[in-house]
Amino acid sequence: MNYHVGIDLGSTTTKAVILGEKGTILGRGITNSRSNYDVACQIVLSEALINTRFSLVASELDRAGVTEARKAQLLGELERRFHMQQYLGQLRVLEEDLTELLQKINPSGGFLPSVQRILGTMHDEAEKLFAEGASRKSDFFRDLAGSRYLKLAEAESIENKEVRFDYLVGLFDKAILEVENSRAAAGNFETLAAAALAQMSETDERLQGAVERVIDIELDQVGSVGTGYGRQRLPFPEGQIRSEILCHGLGAHALFSTTRTVLDIGGQDTKAIQVDDQGIVTSFQMNDRCAAGCGRYLGYIADEMNLGLHELGPLARDSTRPVRINSTCTVFAGAELRERLSLGEKREDILAGLHRAIILRAMSLLARSGGVKNEFTFTGGVAKNPAAVDALKTLISENYGDIKINISPDSIYTGALGAALFALRDSRRADQAAAAN
Amino acid sequence: MANPTERTTVQKDTSQLRQKKMLAEHFTRLAQAPATGEKSVYTFVPGNMTELLLAFDVLPVLPEINALQSGMRGKSKDYIAVAEKLGHSEDVCTYVKSDIGMMKSGNIGPTGERLPEPDLLLLSYTGCFTFMKWFELLREEYKCPVVMVHVPYQGEGRITESMRQYVVDQIRQKLIPALEKITGKSYDEDRLKECLARSAQAEDDLVWVLQSAKNKPSPIDAYFGGVYYIGPIFSSFRGTEDAVEYYKALRAETEESIRLGKGPVTPDGELTEERYRIVVEGPPNWTSFREFWKMFADEGAVVVASTYTKVGGVYDFGFRHDPSRPLETLAEYCMGCYTNLNLPSRVEMLASYVRDYQADGFLINSVKSCNSFSAGQLHILREVENRVGKPGGFIESDLVDPRYFSAANIKNRLESYFQMIEQKRFGEGAA
Repeated sequence: MNYHVGIDLGSTTTKAVILGEKGTILGRGITNSRSNYDVACQIVLSEALINTRFSLVASELDRAGVTEARKAQLLGELERRFHMQQYLGQLRVLEEDLTELLQKINPSGGFLPSVQRILGTMHDEAEKLFAEGASRKSDFFRDLAGSRYLKLAEAESIENKEVRFDYLVGLFDKAILEVENSRAAAGNFETLAAAALAQMSETDERLQGAVERVIDIELDQVGSVGTGYGRQRLPFPEGQIRSEILCHGLGAHALFSTTRTVLDIGGQDTKAIQVDDQGIVTSFQMNDRCAAGCGRYLGYIADEMNLGLHELGPLARDSTRPVRINSTCTVFAGAELRERLSLGEKREDILAGLHRAIILRAMSLLARSGGVKNEFTFTGGVAKNPAAVDALKTLISENYGDIKINISPDSIYTGALGAALFALRDSRRADQAAAAN
Repeated sequence: MANPTERTTVQKDTSQLRQKKMLAEHFTRLAQAPATGEKSVYTFVPGNMTELLLAFDVLPVLPEINALQSGMRGKSKDYIAVAEKLGHSEDVCTYVKSDIGMMKSGNIGPTGERLPEPDLLLLSYTGCFTFMKWFELLREEYKCPVVMVHVPYQGEGRITESMRQYVVDQIRQKLIPALEKITGKSYDEDRLKECLARSAQAEDDLVWVLQSAKNKPSPIDAYFGGVYYIGPIFSSFRGTEDAVEYYKALRAETEESIRLGKGPVTPDGELTEERYRIVVEGPPNWTSFREFWKMFADEGAVVVASTYTKVGGVYDFGFRHDPSRPLETLAEYCMGCYTNLNLPSRVEMLASYVRDYQADGFLINSVKSCNSFSAGQLHILREVENRVGKPGGFIESDLVDPRYFSAANIKNRLESYFQMIEQKRFGEGAA
């Protein structure tokens, strides 16, 4: 089966979207960007291909006449068990790396029992972490394993005075890089799906048959386009690299065909893009030399407040009296925050002010790019933040009146989707050219 | 793609080498001025009255040119640091700070020789308020006389008789007596006329060269290459025999390129495939000039017309120095420089460039510390877009402060811009 892939290498995360030959989205993948872009691309592609196989399993179940409710139940459990197997596999690699590291730097083996105890507990907790209805704060192994490891390491260091917490953290920081950069740790569909099937609460032959058929499907990449800040280093030839401005414009158009203005707030840049009725970019503006008010700013704020990035928006929404903040300098974010806290302002009020400040900066870029036209689509990681969305809706309404605002739950994949569409288009054009000859 | 850090030997046109020699001789003459007794006048590119200075045998020094040369030679960073240490704010025009820093660091010019102290500061373009403050600082330093010729803005988009007379009166009543005083010579109008006649001759050839970019492919780059072409005529050589010869040679060189169907010569070699024809508004960045040019050249983008090459005279719209009206023509020249034009005139000029040079789009390089250029640029962008229906692009950098040139960001925007043109060209929208 032929597929096209678009990869968006962002400063924070790398995203991939897989399209079938007719342009339907088959799969998506996301991983955190790391210093090694090639690895980030490989991992995200394998994630997206796994996701593709799940959507193929769903199609097989449809074909087998399985009802929607039953299909959702079966696929839900299969995916949970699959990801648990993947998690356990990554834990094993983490343990191997930690052991190897300790043997190298601390051959007397003083810390090994502690590390083994921590990982043993994490292994035992996996079932609960992936239980039905359990909420996970992130899909990334680094975050999932990291938060548990830190808590357990802290307990271990309290219990055993000779085991220093910072030492355990240092070990993890080193070993996690190895795990993230290991393709083996990510696992493959065949093995993980088989293990997941074996653990299902009940055996369903139609599901088993569907998985087996999907395992046999060969997925052949026939086109690829890369985009994002690291696009010069994507493992694609030069002709297969597109600017993320164009990709976001086309991706937004594909999601909402009557989009005319697109705002993308990513990790290190904010883009205001105007597109025509074909998704062709007609004008754009980006933040200049300074990344103030971009996603990374929220990252710093979250770190300062010792919160998860996804917790900021909901907390800001509790504000009753937002603080007026003008500066969105990322470097000064911490100082600004401490200053406000020392003045006795509430955390939620400060956060509400910070979110508004970010959006005000985006509003300036939008104005410079030609204003906001109907319909308006908001994309990028920050579009997932409810407080940012609230502030945006208010300011758009105040400045441009009644405008339809689109936010897709998959907005983070907009750039990758646009890239995949370019890949598909390039292939079609090449086919047409070949046919004409 | 070639490694961006890879440096090869810079490719230069013969005309460029000739210009280099002219400059070297001029700076040597300046360095020897204290010994030879020759007088020097510091003045600015827009509204410079080089012919009048030549008629008095006075040597011009152009601080802006020194600042941009400092930028290109990698010296401006340290000069700016010196100026900031003296209390000049981060947001002040970086030409000023580079110049002040250079002055405080021994006033060593671009060729490595010391510049003479000014005998007179001549401010003959007041459209840039910073110029006034700049010379105020130099006056403090050198304790020398200053002549300020107030140049009215073309707010209505034209020069009126009273505006012309107002400037002529200032030249006659303030500037000429000041020059007579520092040189001890009398004003010789015939000599001025001879210089002006030579100016017009060089201007004809310059315009011919700039308009050669209407050819496809264009034999020149009218922005990055253009800044070299305007060098002699915008600085100390307008009205000299050297300039006449230089432009004659440049024209012959360009004619030859057209005959051979050659593209512009960039520092990294000839640009063989012209993929985008662009009009550029705003000054270039000097500290990363070669890298900046390469970002265009690597994409096959050729600048076919630019407004920056008109800051020292908008010759391609008909103006020529006229020896039969010597002071009037100087007055008109001062008022006709690009940044002295109002916004509608600038919009019209850009729109006509896009049309006449069959450009694929136009790009603004906005420089935060240069309000003469940047005020109103977004308005210009929208207006020109509406008039010509071609995509406009916007990038931001600085004149000579390397801290304000973010290569990754500018490259990203430029690539996006060129791809946007490409996409529009092929109607590459949704299926």
